[in-house]
Amino acid sequence: MKFIQEFRDPELVEKFVNELHHITTQPWTIMEVCGGQTHSLVKNGILNMLPSQITMVHGPGCPVCVTPLNLIDKAVYLAEEKGVILCSFGDMLRVPGSKRSLLEAKARGADVRILYSPLEAVTLAQKHPDREVVFFAVGFETTAPANALSVVHARRAGVTNYSILASHVLVPPAIEAVLEDELTQIQAFLGAGHVCAIMGIEEYYPLVERYKVPIVITGFEPVDLLQGILMAVRQLEAGKYALENQYARIVRPEGNPEARKMIEQVFSIADREWRGIGTIPQSGYEVSEAFAAYDANRKFSVQIEKVPESSECIAGQVLKGLKKPVDCPQFGKKCTPQNPLGAPMVSSEGACAAYYHFAAAGIAD
Amino acid sequence: MQLQCPMPQLDFEVITLGHGSGGLLTNRLLDAGVFSLFHNDQLDQRHDGALLSFPGPVAFSTDSFVVSPVFFPGGNIGDLAVHGTVNDLAMCGARPQYMSLSFILEEGLSMQEFWDILVSIKFASEQAGVQIVTGDTKVVERGKGDKIFINTTGIGPIHPRAAIAMDRVAVGDKVIVSGELANHGIAIMSVREGLTFETDIVSDTRPLHQLVQTLLDTFGGAIHLLRDPTRGGVATVLSEVARDSGNGISLQQGALPVADGVAGACELLGLDPLYVANEGIFLAIVAPEEAEAIVATLRGIPGGEAAAIIGEIVAEHPRQVVMRSQIGGRRVVNMLAGEQLPRIC
Repeated sequence: MKFIQEFRDPELVEKFVNELHHITTQPWTIMEVCGGQTHSLVKNGILNMLPSQITMVHGPGCPVCVTPLNLIDKAVYLAEEKGVILCSFGDMLRVPGSKRSLLEAKARGADVRILYSPLEAVTLAQKHPDREVVFFAVGFETTAPANALSVVHARRAGVTNYSILASHVLVPPAIEAVLEDELTQIQAFLGAGHVCAIMGIEEYYPLVERYKVPIVITGFEPVDLLQGILMAVRQLEAGKYALENQYARIVRPEGNPEARKMIEQVFSIADREWRGIGTIPQSGYEVSEAFAAYDANRKFSVQIEKVPESSECIAGQVLKGLKKPVDCPQFGKKCTPQNPLGAPMVSSEGACAAYYHFAAAGIAD
Repeated sequence: MQLQCPMPQLDFEVITLGHGSGGLLTNRLLDAGVFSLFHNDQLDQRHDGALLSFPGPVAFSTDSFVVSPVFFPGGNIGDLAVHGTVNDLAMCGARPQYMSLSFILEEGLSMQEFWDILVSIKFASEQAGVQIVTGDTKVVERGKGDKIFINTTGIGPIHPRAAIAMDRVAVGDKVIVSGELANHGIAIMSVREGLTFETDIVSDTRPLHQLVQTLLDTFGGAIHLLRDPTRGGVATVLSEVARDSGNGISLQQGALPVADGVAGACELLGLDPLYVANEGIFLAIVAPEEAEAIVATLRGIPGGEAAAIIGEIVAEHPRQVVMRSQIGGRRVVNMLAGEQLPRIC
C-alpha cells in the first residue's frame, strides 16, 4: 500500500483543507471531469470538508454512463441473436438498454462474460475457434491502448474470430461541450489524471486559452484531490487561468508515447454520440480502416432501431453538471442501483451511484 | 493442514446420472464415498432420517453452497459447507452438534474431486465436533449444475449463558470484528476466470464456534449480538443491524483490520473491503465495559489474533452506518446493491 497511504495522510489533508478555507473569499464552481474523482470525493467524505463557497460539479467522465443506448442494444442483440460470446467490464453489464441489460441477456441464456482485460477476450477467442468473441470496448483514452493492443495482438496471432464493439470517448471535446453550453456555471476544471497519463497535457492548453479557464490535471487520492482543488482556487482567487499538473508523479507532459502509438495504429477520431448529451464532433474513437476486420460494427452489419431515453432520467443535465443527482425527482425513488433509469446510477463512477451508495446527500443527524 | 485419505479403488472415474438413481450405482458411490469416511451411530443405521433428542433449547440453521470455483486458495466447497452452517449456529450462541449433508452433483464431476471434497468435509466436521447424521445425493445432467452444490443443515444446543438478540443492541455498545476483512472474497476472485492474479491470499474459511463458546463462557450476557459477515461483507451486516435495531452505528475506517495484500488487491480491483465476503470472522456487538477484555480474549485464540473494536452504537443518525474515513471525512455506509462478483460462497 506504499505510494497510496502517503496520499491519504490525515495531516496533509488537514493542511490543504485549512489552506482552502483560508484563501477562499467568494463562491467558486469547479468541475471534476472524471468519475473516478467523483467517487473518491464522495467516498472519502471530502465534499463535506470543503469551504461552503466551493461547489464541486461532477462531470461527464464516466464512460459507462455516456455509452449510447443504441450501442448497448446492439451488444445485447449480438449476444442474443448472433450467438457471440460478448465480453465486457463488469459495470457495463448492468446498464439498462432499451429492452434489457447485458446481465439480463445473460440470465436469459446469452453468453455474456465479465473480463478485466481485453487480452483475456483474445485468449477466449483462441479457446473457442468456432465462436465469435466480441469485446465491448468502453472507456476514455485510458482504456484505449489496452483495447487497441488486443486487436493488434489478435491480428498477430492470426485470430479471426475476435472483434471489438468500440465506444471510446475523449475528454477534451467533452470539456469543450460543457463550456459551450450557455447554462454552464463551471469556472475551473480538475482534469482526469489517468487520461493524461496516456495522452499528455498538450491538448488542454488551447482550451485554457480559448475559454480563459483554469485546468488542473489531478489525481484520485484525497491528498491529490484537495491539492488539485487548492491549485484551482488559488488561480481563481488571483484571477488567473493556466494549465497546471498536480499529478506530475504519474502524468508526463508528453503522456505515454508507446500507448499513444498503439491508439493511433488501431483507432481514428470520429464524431460520437454521448448518452444523455448528444453527438459531440470529433469526440470518440472508431476502429480504423486498416483493422476493419476486427470492428464488430462492420463485421456484424446490424441496424438497431434508435429508441428514445427514459423521459424521467435527467442524466444529461447531471453529466453536464447542470444538476446534482439529488435534484432528480426520481433519485433513490424510482431510480436506484437495483433498478436504474439511467446509466449514472449504475456505474461505480457514475455520480448518481456515488451519491446513492455514500449518501452524499447527507447524514441524518 | 490437509487430511490425507487415499481414495478407494473404484470402477468409475466420473459421476454419471446413474449415481443419483437410488439404485446399485448410488449405493456403490455412497459405500465408497460417504459411508467409508463418516461413521456415527445415526449414520450407520442407514435410515431415512436421524432420530435426535435434546434436553434444552436448540438453534437450527440451513445454508446452500454454490461457490465457483469449487476449489480455491485456502479451502473448497466442502470445508465451506461445514463452516458455513457451524458458524450460523455459533452466531445464535449454539454449539453445533448434528448436521445434514446434501449433494447435487453434476454429471461428469470427477470422482477424485468429489473424494477430495468429502475428505475436507470429514476433516472440517471432526474439527468442529459436529456429527453428520443424515444426507442425500442427487445427480443432474451435465450443464444443469456447476460440478457440485451442497446444502447443509445444522442443529445444536444453545449456550446456557447466551442472550443474543437484536433488541439487546444499545447505544454505547462497541462493535468488534474478530479478524481481518475480505480474505475469502479476494481469494475466490484471485482464481476466477478472466481475473487470475498472483497472490498468496487464502480464504479465511474456518469454524467460529470455539471463539464464540469461549466468549460466552467468559462474558455471557455482555455479548449482545453476533453476526458473520459473509455475502455483502461487514458493511451490509452492520447496515442491517442499524436498520433493525433503529440505532446509528459509527465506524472508524482506521480501525478496520485489513491485510496489506488484500487492501492492495481491493485497490486494483476497485473493491471496498467493507463489502467483500468473509467466511471466518464475526461481528460482535458488546457491552462497552467488557469490550477491551473481549478483544484481548479473542486475540489469544487462534483465528482471533486480529480482533479489534471498529465502532460503536450511537444515538445519532438512527438506522444509518456512518464511517469516519481515515482522512477525517464522514460518509454513510450502505448495503451492497446488486452483485460485486458472482458466487462467492
